Amino acid sequence: MIAQHLPILQIVLPLMAAPVCMVIRHPHVVWIWATLIAFLCLPMSIALLMQVMAEGVIVYELGGWAAPWGIEYRIDKLNAFVLVIVTAIGAVVMPYAKRTVDAEIPMSRVYLFYTMLLLCETGLLGIAITGDAFNLFVFLEISSLSSYVLISLGKDRRCLTAAYRYLIMGTIGATFYIIGVGLMYMVTGTLNIADLAILVPEMVESRTIHAALAFLTVGLALKAALFPLHMWLPNAYAYAPSAVTVFLAATATKVAIYAFIRVVFTIFGDIDILAALPIRYLLMGLAIAAMFAGSAVAIYQNNAKRLLAYSSVAQIGYMILGISMDSVTGVTAGIVHLFNHALMKGALFMALGAIMLQTGSVDLRDMRGIGHRMPLTMAAFVVGGLSLIGVPLTAGFVSKWYLIQAALEAGWWPLAVLIVFSSLLAVIYIWRIVEIAYLQPNLEMPKAREPEPMSLLIPMWVLAGATIYFGVDATTTLGIAGLAAQALLAGGG
Amino acid sequence: MEQFPGLVPYWAIIVLMMMGLYIVIAHGNLIKKIVGLNVFQVSVFLLYITMAKVEGGTAPILAEGIKLYSNPLPHVLILTAIVVGVATTALGLALVVRIHNAYGTIEDEEIDKLEDQT
Repeated sequence: MIAQHLPILQIVLPLMAAPVCMVIRHPHVVWIWATLIAFLCLPMSIALLMQVMAEGVIVYELGGWAAPWGIEYRIDKLNAFVLVIVTAIGAVVMPYAKRTVDAEIPMSRVYLFYTMLLLCETGLLGIAITGDAFNLFVFLEISSLSSYVLISLGKDRRCLTAAYRYLIMGTIGATFYIIGVGLMYMVTGTLNIADLAILVPEMVESRTIHAALAFLTVGLALKAALFPLHMWLPNAYAYAPSAVTVFLAATATKVAIYAFIRVVFTIFGDIDILAALPIRYLLMGLAIAAMFAGSAVAIYQNNAKRLLAYSSVAQIGYMILGISMDSVTGVTAGIVHLFNHALMKGALFMALGAIMLQTGSVDLRDMRGIGHRMPLTMAAFVVGGLSLIGVPLTAGFVSKWYLIQAALEAGWWPLAVLIVFSSLLAVIYIWRIVEIAYLQPNLEMPKAREPEPMSLLIPMWVLAGATIYFGVDATTTLGIAGLAAQALLAGGG
Repeated sequence: MEQFPGLVPYWAIIVLMMMGLYIVIAHGNLIKKIVGLNVFQVSVFLLYITMAKVEGGTAPILAEGIKLYSNPLPHVLILTAIVVGVATTALGLALVVRIHNAYGTIEDEEIDKLEDQT
């Protein structure tokens, strides 16, 4: 009975739990409540994924109104996978959040933090689960508005301007998205994604549809921080509270990329839009520019969080590159990298959050010898860093391997060379941190500190361990991503 | 395809849209940016409302004698979008207040200068 309503419960549970946080207000009780909800969401999404793998697409009609009149939730392999990514990161972040939030946010505002975190998770899950293009916009704004608040809760005053700039850029992006949806509605008269997938390809010659595609692409690229629309990202990640950086870096841009995949391969699925219009080369060019520019700028950063934020810009390039190749292998690589990058960036930002908690700074100049003072944290950082480079036996290797294979399959060997070269840039910025952390003399410690708390180490190592696990045995992730990619490219998704 | 001028409301919408976007990009004052953002969003609301219009149609009310009425769905969608717009504006203005408290200015360039110092 309950299993039948899982799709809606997945959204309603965190949505309803968020205002309850406002009622509870007590910082510790709120944390217990939010953690409980996050841990309930994870098995739900796993159950949904297993059900989709076993039985195929789940369609849930809200209020019993059949689509295209009512809103439906439509879960296939791809968005079930995205749901698992978001809920898994949500569940790992909660125990981690306790200590860092207590240290970084005034006690009187802690309850707001958990309210917003749950709302943000609701929004991201909603984007993934919904089968309605306008509903997607509403969830997009729920997640965005809550993430602006989350970012502005940081300690440094620069978090305020970062949140403001993200608000401006994010709103423009979301508004572009509804312009696109509106133009599609104008010619098709439907908002249901499955319905659009049938009607839009028939009218692909219409200029309105071309304009719609342009607006949707730019809007979602802004949200996904695709180069050169990434300007909001570095400061937002650098000055947000540690737990927020972990959560957003691991999920927010990924979900925007998911929405983009939906537009390109589901709504425009039947006509192979990437080949029909020159979008493919545009995306490919931007992706390659992102890979190099992101990594190159990362090398010169002195703030470790900003450094990783720029590296995120580069990694988003890899995902878009995989998608732009428009082959099963390429899209598989893109989807797998969504998952793998969430794991490794999560682990990396968690390590930096722990350093922030213990030493009060993530400036590289203050991190000298940190590897000797916080060996477990830095070890997790190194694992994440190796995965970012794409060293074998880490998750990053699997995605890059597939990406290179996809490039070679299509006969674009220069692309494969570029992928390898841009990975070398990652070696430089990761090595820079490793060198400072291990090989430079230990800084004089102002006072004796106890080792980093277990509540930080365990989530960090769960993610770092997962990075290694999915690097050694990638059959599960590749299996799901491969099937999702096949379904997408078969048309209509 | 209709003749060149086409439908006038769409021209008005495009002009508003570009004005809004231009204000967001060109103005350094954080409040003015939000005003620009509002103009931009309102132009999109108008786009939806305009496309809902059916020639000769009245308001979509279920009553005796009304056969032809405008499409109510975009109206409902825009009601949602207006709420989102209000929330965004409120949050944006709240951030500007806090930025003013923290930096003592709401001019983009001056904030940039202050940020470069730290």
